[in-house]
Amino acid sequence: MARAAGGGLVKPAPFEYRAPASVDEALELLGLDSTVLAGGQSLLPMLNLRLARPEVVVDINGLAELDHIRDEDGRLRIGAMTRQAALERSELVGQRWPLLHKAVRLVGHTQIRSRGTVGGSVSHADPAAELPAALIALDARLELRSAEGSRWVAASDFFLGPLYTVREPDELLVEIEVPALPEGAGTGFAEHARTHGDFATAGAAAVVAPGGHTRIALLGAGPVPARAGEGERALAEGANAREAAAAATAEVENDYRRALCGELARRAIEEASA
Amino acid sequence: MRISVEINGREHEGDVEPRTLLSDFIRHQAGLAGTKVGCEQGVCGACTVQLDGQPVRSCLMLAVQADGRKLRTVEGLSANGELHPLQRAFNEAHALQCGFCTPGFLMSMEAFLREHPEARDEELREALAGNLCRCTGYLGIIEAVEHAARKLRGADVQGG
Repeated sequence: MARAAGGGLVKPAPFEYRAPASVDEALELLGLDSTVLAGGQSLLPMLNLRLARPEVVVDINGLAELDHIRDEDGRLRIGAMTRQAALERSELVGQRWPLLHKAVRLVGHTQIRSRGTVGGSVSHADPAAELPAALIALDARLELRSAEGSRWVAASDFFLGPLYTVREPDELLVEIEVPALPEGAGTGFAEHARTHGDFATAGAAAVVAPGGHTRIALLGAGPVPARAGEGERALAEGANAREAAAAATAEVENDYRRALCGELARRAIEEASA
Repeated sequence: MRISVEINGREHEGDVEPRTLLSDFIRHQAGLAGTKVGCEQGVCGACTVQLDGQPVRSCLMLAVQADGRKLRTVEGLSANGELHPLQRAFNEAHALQCGFCTPGFLMSMEAFLREHPEARDEELREALAGNLCRCTGYLGIIEAVEHAARKLRGADVQGG
């Protein structure tokens, strides 16, 4: 432990701390040398271990305009600073977007979800995170804003690699939009973690609706959470859950991981089809 | 930076660097050493405190983020010299040995039982998963929490 000049115990390397009062103000502060502090449940461990040494930390916890869950013409709008605990408690989400409810309950522990945010989990882009896979299976879109303007990116196009996304350093993820589920749709989510609350080794999210609408998204199966197109097609063409799961995970590397993903995909598909 | 945090109903002011962790502010500046610091990466749960009633990892917050907020630490559990029912149950069920993890367990479970008074078996075990204990093997802790849950519900503890 280092002792700072002021006499206090410190772990993170020094940084300049900024707590903007509005999104516009925050956007002015974003750039190559800055890091966004949302819920801090992934950033703080990285700061404490000095794996991250940003010059400027832009704390967006004061941006109330990014903290909301609402139904807008049948589409779910989630502000990026919405706490995972708020998503978990939302009746609107539980009733209309049950897949998000199933997924968020598996994010870390209660103490983590008190602080952790939906936008933070998405932006951090851990390949084994639950919410990114669920949002991909739900055809969600993400709004990225910079001082220059705003753009919408499909959740399925957002992730480029572990902890790496299409978000530019001067952009902030501000909003997540999830369309209504198709009429009669069922959803399923399954994951395997060594102990409850740990990061999952792997998992699967599924949406199955009459008329051939099928979505299967895998987490922990590769460098990014991604849709499993082959499995979706097989399912739409009448394959059973086991066959569709096998098709969905045929390309997963490593025998154990492929077997695990296959079983989890089967469970998610069966839950969604029940 | 000058901050003021209400901890257990009392204002604590102090000058902190932006990088000062809330856990260190609580222990070293507010002088409340009941909150323990274990892994400092959000895994062990020893530093769990309540922020506006919700359990949080105090090692995963900056002290400046608690400016103007209300905290509750293990020192705020007992009232008028009486242990909280959860603390008493930990004592009676031998739910601690070295005691280092205990404040974190107490602050996590006090919040959980307040929000889920009807929680049973599997739910309780799931709620305990965010805190690690290296001594007890957890059985005493599970028993203590079940015992406290019954007591807080007002059920007959002896008969339960």
